[in-house]
Amino acid sequence: MITDMAEESNTAKDNHMAELAAALNERFKPLEVNYDQYFAYLKIEPGALPAVMQSLYDDWGMNYLGNLDAVDYGEEFEVVYHLYGIPAHDKKIAVKVRVPRQNPSVPSLIAIYPTADWQEREAYDLMGIQFTDHPNLVRVLLPDDFSGHPLRKDFGKGV
Amino acid sequence: MEHLFTNIAQILTSWMVSLGLPPIWADLILLIGQWTIIVVIVTLNVIVLVWLERKISGFIQERLGPNRLGPFGAFQTIADAMKLLTKEDIIPSQADRWIFMTAPMLFIVIAVMLYAVLPLGQGMEVVDLNVGLFYFISLGSLSTICLLMAGWGSNNKWSLLGAMRSVAQMISYEIPLAFSLLGVVMLAGSLNLSEIVTAQNRYWFILLQPVAFLTYFIAATAELNRGPFDMPEAEQELTAGAYTEYTGMRWALFFLAEYTNLVAVSALAATLFFGGGQGPWLPSWLWIIIKTYLIMLVFMWMKWTFPRIRMDHLMSFSWKVLIPVSLANILITGLGIEFFRGMGW
Amino acid sequence: MIETETYTINIGPQHPSTHGGLHVEAIMDGEEVKDAIVHVGYVHRSVEKIAESRTYAQFVPYASRLDYLASHLPTLGYVQAVEKLAGIIVPERAEYIRVIVSELSRIASHMIFVGSLAIDLGATTGMVYCFRDRERIMDMFEMSSGQRMIASYMRLGGISADLPESFYPAVESFINDLPGMIAEYHGLISGNEILQERCKDVGILSAQDAVAYGVTGPNLRASGVDYDLRRDDPYGIYPRFEFRVPTGQNGDSWDRFMVRIEEMEQSGRIIKQALRDMPSGEIQAKVPRILKPEKGREVYHRVESSKGELGFHLVSDGSDKPYRVHVRAPSFINLMVLPLICRGGKLQDVITNIATLDPVLGESDR
Repeated sequence: MITDMAEESNTAKDNHMAELAAALNERFKPLEVNYDQYFAYLKIEPGALPAVMQSLYDDWGMNYLGNLDAVDYGEEFEVVYHLYGIPAHDKKIAVKVRVPRQNPSVPSLIAIYPTADWQEREAYDLMGIQFTDHPNLVRVLLPDDFSGHPLRKDFGKGV
Repeated sequence: MEHLFTNIAQILTSWMVSLGLPPIWADLILLIGQWTIIVVIVTLNVIVLVWLERKISGFIQERLGPNRLGPFGAFQTIADAMKLLTKEDIIPSQADRWIFMTAPMLFIVIAVMLYAVLPLGQGMEVVDLNVGLFYFISLGSLSTICLLMAGWGSNNKWSLLGAMRSVAQMISYEIPLAFSLLGVVMLAGSLNLSEIVTAQNRYWFILLQPVAFLTYFIAATAELNRGPFDMPEAEQELTAGAYTEYTGMRWALFFLAEYTNLVAVSALAATLFFGGGQGPWLPSWLWIIIKTYLIMLVFMWMKWTFPRIRMDHLMSFSWKVLIPVSLANILITGLGIEFFRGMGW
Repeated sequence: MIETETYTINIGPQHPSTHGGLHVEAIMDGEEVKDAIVHVGYVHRSVEKIAESRTYAQFVPYASRLDYLASHLPTLGYVQAVEKLAGIIVPERAEYIRVIVSELSRIASHMIFVGSLAIDLGATTGMVYCFRDRERIMDMFEMSSGQRMIASYMRLGGISADLPESFYPAVESFINDLPGMIAEYHGLISGNEILQERCKDVGILSAQDAVAYGVTGPNLRASGVDYDLRRDDPYGIYPRFEFRVPTGQNGDSWDRFMVRIEEMEQSGRIIKQALRDMPSGEIQAKVPRILKPEKGREVYHRVESSKGELGFHLVSDGSDKPYRVHVRAPSFINLMVLPLICRGGKLQDVITNIATLDPVLGESDR
C-alpha cells in the first residue's frame, strides 16, 4: 500500500521518493510504505528489522544511520531509523517499527551500524525500549539509579 | 660599592671580635647571618617573581595582568601570600600523613640549600666550597625524592602519576645537565664556582660552550618542571599532578620552592656561562642579579609560548638527543683543549 | 617478570580538560591507555521532554542553548525543521542573514576549538589569541540580537530583527582580518613542533570506522570522507554559495585540527558571498501566531553544525506543541569513538583526542 503524504504538488523530488517507495515496496513487502518529499518511510515488523537493515546496507548503499529515536504513541512505541548513504546519494529512507507498550523489544542494530550503540542506549534510557542483543544496554544520559523513562507520555503522572 | 657587602661583613666580624668573641664563633654567627639573609631575600624575591611572571604572561597574552592592588598590581602577590597563609590546611584522610606533611618542607629546604655555594658577587658566597658545582648538582637531584613523596603520600592516582613522571623525567635530565656542565668544568679546571667565574676573565663560557649552554638550558627547564616540560604538574592533564591534594601553605611551599629553584638555576647559568658577576661599571652583585633576571625572563617566555611536550617524546628527547649531544660536546671540548695546549696557548 | 596490573583513572567529570561535564574512565597500564569508558549525561536538562510542553515558537531559546558555542546553528536547525513541518517559506533576506550569522557561529566555534586545543596541550597563550578574535564575533552577535552567546536570533519564518547598520562594517573588517588571524594561529599554535608532535598520528580514526560510528562534521572529513551537508544535502540557500569542503587524509588529531582551520576560511568565503548577494526586503514570513502543523506529520531535518550533523526529528499531533522532539546531537555520537581512538595511546593523548573531537556537552547531554 503506497499513500502520498506530501501536500505539495508532484515535484521531481516527490517523483523520486515515489519511485524509491515503490522500489522498497517491491523489494521488502513491508507493512506499509509512505513517502513525502524528504523521505521514503518503510514500516516493518520488529522481527524483520535486522534482515531489512542488512539488505539496505548491502544493496542500497545505506551505510549511515543518521538518527535513531523512539516516539510514544500511547499503546505502541514507534522506533524510527533515518538512513542515508555516504558518499551522498539521493536515497533517504526512514525505517519504522512499532512495538507494543507492554513488551517494547526491538532487535539491536549494533552489528550492522555500530553508531546504534549509544542511540539505542538513549532510547532505552529515555523511552524504555528494550533492544535485544545489545551488549551493554544501560542508561546513558540519566543516572543509573533513576527509575522510569521520562520521555514516555505517562511519566510523572502517577503511573 | 663593589665591596659594600663584604665590607659590612668584615666590620661585623671585627665588631664581634672586639666584643670578646673568639674569631671562630664570630665567623659562625656571620655564616648563619649570611645564610638567613639569603633565605629571606630569596623568599621575598619569589613575591616579586610571581608578580613579574603574571605581568609578563599578561603582556604575552594581551591582558593586563594584576592591576588592582598597589601600583601596577604590585601588592597582589602579597595579598595572595596572606590568603595562602590563612587557608585551611587539609590533609586527606587516606593520605600517608607524615610523608604528605614533610614533602613540601623538604622541598623548600633543598631549594634554599642550593644558595650556599652560589657566588652572589665577588667573594660573596656563603661557603666557598671547592666542589661547589658537584654539591649543586647532587642537591638538585634530591628534589625528585620530595616530589615522589608528595605523590605517594597524597594517595591519589593523579598525584602518583605526576610523581612517577617527575622521577622519570628528572633522572633522565640529570644526565645531560651534568654532562653539559662538564665542558665548563674542563675549561675552568675547577669545580669551585668562584674559580669558574674567575676563569671567564677573557671569554664568557657561552662563547666557548654554546652547545653546553643550550643543553644545560633545556635540561634545566626539565629539572625545574617548568613549561614546556611541566609534566609533574600538567594541570590540563593531571589536574595538578603531585600537588593535587595540597592546600594553603603546604601548596605554597611547593610554589615557593619552584621559584627558588628557578632563581638558583638561572643564577648558576649566569655564573657558569655569562661570567657571573663580571661586567663593567656596576658592582658584581648587581651584575649577577641582572643576568639572573634576564635568564629567568627567557624561562618565563618559554613557558608562556610552548605547549606541553608528551611524556614519551620528552624521554626520547633526553636519551636520543640531549645525551649524545652533550657527550659529543665533552669530546670536542677535550680535543679542543688538547689542541690549543699543543699550540702552546 | 614483574607482576603488573591495570588501574582505572577517572578523567572528569571535574577535570580541567573535559570541556564541561564529561567523564572518561580510563583503564591504564602505566601511562598507556588500555581502554576507555565514556560517561555522559552530567549536563542533561531533558530538553526533549521540555519541548513537549512548549509551543513551537517557545522552544527556540532552548534550541539555542544546545550548542552554546555556536548557538545560531542549532536554532537554525530547529526553525528550519519547523518550517519544513508547517510549510513556511522564509523571505530571501532572512535566509541570507541566517547564513551570515550561522557561518559566523561556525567560525566562533572553531576558534574555541583551536583555543581549547591549545590550552589543553598546555599552550595557554594560544587560547587567549583565539578568544580575542572570537570576541569580535560575539560583539557582532550582540549588535544583531542583543545577546553575545545564546542569541536566539532565529524565529519561525525569519529572524527576530534586521541587522543594524553598524553590523556591516564590523563583519566586513572581520572577514578581511580573518586570513591574518589564521596566519597568527599557524604561527603560534600549529607551527609549533611540540604541538605537531602531539597531534600527528594521535587518535587515528579510519574512514570506515568514522562512517560506521556515525561520526559527522569536521571529524568525519578529517578521516578523508568528503561529506558536508551544506553541499550534499543542502538546506536553506546553501546551494547558491561556492565553497570548498576541506578533507584530511589520516584522520588523526592533526587533520581534525587543520580541517577546522580551513573551514574557517571557507566560512569566511560564504559570508563574503552572502553579503554581496543579500537582497533587501522582508525578514519575517507571515506565520500564524498559534502554529498548528497538520496532525501526523513528521520531519527529520539536519543541518551541518560546527560539530557535525545536527538533526531534529519533529512529530506533530495537530496541536500547538510538538508531540515529540528528538535532537540528533553530533557531539553525543562523536564521543562514541573516543574509546576507539584512545586505545593504545598515552594518557596525554586522551586529552588531545577529547579536544580534537570537540564535543559540546550541553549538546551531547541535552
